[in-house]
Amino acid sequence: MTQAPVISAAHLDLTFQTNDGPVHALRDVSLDIAKGEFVSFIGPSGCGKTTFLRCIAGLEEPTGGTLTVNGMTPDQARRSRAYGYVFQAAGLYPWRTIGGNVRLPLEIMRFSKEEQAERVKRTLELVDLAGFEKKFPWQLSGGMQQRASIARALAFDADILLMDEPFGALDEIVRDHLNEELLKLWDRTGKTIGFVTHSIPEAVYLSTKIVVMSPRPGRITDVIESTLPRERPLDIRDSAEFIAIAHRVRDGLRAGHIDD
Amino acid sequence: MKALGPILAVVAAIITLWYAAAVPMNIQEVLTQAERGGAVVDPEGAMTRRDVSRFALVLRNTEHLSESWSMERARLPAPHQVVKELWVSTWDEEVNGRRGIVKSGSLSNRSLIYHGSITLGATIIGFLIGSGLGILLAVGIVHSKTMDMSVMPWAIVSQTIPIVALAPMIIVVLYSIGVEGLLPKAVISAYLSFFPVVVGMVKGLRSPDAMQTDLLRTYGASKPQALWKLRLPASVPYLFASLKIGIAASLVGAIVGELPVQRGGLGARMLGGSYYGQTEQLWAALFFAAALAAILVWLIGWIERRTLRRMGVTP
Repeated sequence: MTQAPVISAAHLDLTFQTNDGPVHALRDVSLDIAKGEFVSFIGPSGCGKTTFLRCIAGLEEPTGGTLTVNGMTPDQARRSRAYGYVFQAAGLYPWRTIGGNVRLPLEIMRFSKEEQAERVKRTLELVDLAGFEKKFPWQLSGGMQQRASIARALAFDADILLMDEPFGALDEIVRDHLNEELLKLWDRTGKTIGFVTHSIPEAVYLSTKIVVMSPRPGRITDVIESTLPRERPLDIRDSAEFIAIAHRVRDGLRAGHIDD
Repeated sequence: MKALGPILAVVAAIITLWYAAAVPMNIQEVLTQAERGGAVVDPEGAMTRRDVSRFALVLRNTEHLSESWSMERARLPAPHQVVKELWVSTWDEEVNGRRGIVKSGSLSNRSLIYHGSITLGATIIGFLIGSGLGILLAVGIVHSKTMDMSVMPWAIVSQTIPIVALAPMIIVVLYSIGVEGLLPKAVISAYLSFFPVVVGMVKGLRSPDAMQTDLLRTYGASKPQALWKLRLPASVPYLFASLKIGIAASLVGAIVGELPVQRGGLGARMLGGSYYGQTEQLWAALFFAAALAAILVWLIGWIERRTLRRMGVTP
């Protein structure tokens, strides 16, 4: 690919000043993400994977190095609505219907009324929630709520989707299902996805690129380009290729731990 | 209705205690009246009895206690006397009285409905001013560190001053600049009711968690947008909890504001009853005020339930 990377980090550092002294959340993190890639960040808690995602989103300010999103600073990218962000909890507003929740970013970004209605309908169909527009969040299961929150992140058609352990709180069956759905969605929309997880099978199943990180200080220990095909049925997880990649991820995680 | 039994038991206990308390409370006057009627009372003479304990008097004169619950101007009127006074000064006065609404076309100035409506007016206006001010202050406090540090301490200090001491000053000061009647009472009401609203709204406006505010940041939302779309809706349950306290405080404020003025209202009724030993009138006004407060709080609760249901927060 000769295209310029969508997200480009070079020697990124982030140090939090706490009462117990400085905490190195990120040290010397360099990574390029090309358009249309599905990149997973995996590592034990405290490895800086969420922090890195928040830096891309402009929610945290790196203390060193350079980071560009769509060729802009993360803050400019945030203001130009370059990405949709999905948090660990669905975080839907209980006083808004599902449709109302998906409409929230559209209202804030001042889309026209017709455009809002059209986009709400389209994105709810995209996450298989057509017909639930008038329901309130408490009427939906946890998995459906998380799908609604993905629809909310997709509604304004940002090219980048950043997801911070979106399925971490869900049970495994729902999670498998949503993983499959997410791959289809990615395939259909061609978005660039940054995905934080602590599940090895999830990372291997979803990604074109797996970034293994380790803590104290948070850094990248391995970047694995997946050799799996784009088309991935759930049973691909039993293939030798899948197991080999999972093995390499596990090795990378273990190597990070020995450093402690 | 499993709860009905315990509820009635509590009410019965209170009424029993009240009747029992009325006997020693009224014993001096009961014996004086009996002695005047020719009965032999132990010991003789009102002056002598003054130095004897009430309970001893009750025990030594058990045969003269029949009047304890039917004294005029009793020190502690019995519950049925208060209920009768409530009836007489509301329904009876308005329907059958010469000055009542049926015969004269306007509320009688001797009825609790008339005095209650005066107090209610001041309460509602004071409550609206107070809660409006409280919401505005809370919005300011949440958005400005300077306001947080400069307003909040004063708001707290304002509530440590006894309102009975402050109320006459407010009335005198406002009178000297030509403001009298309803408004000074409403100001005192507002003074008492803004505080719970400020405290509750500050808490409510700050209730959205970091994730919720981060989400709005990813949309590049402005502060007013965050206020309208997230902070205000999230604060609604907190607001209603505060409004319930606020409206009860408003009523107290209006009553206190009526004490020094004596131009009608439940406060004037209470103080009048106390001046002239009309204890039944005093107690009836008290109960009327309590019932009014209960209705107002219930009304806020009703609006709360409807609002939350309309917002979709509750089923």
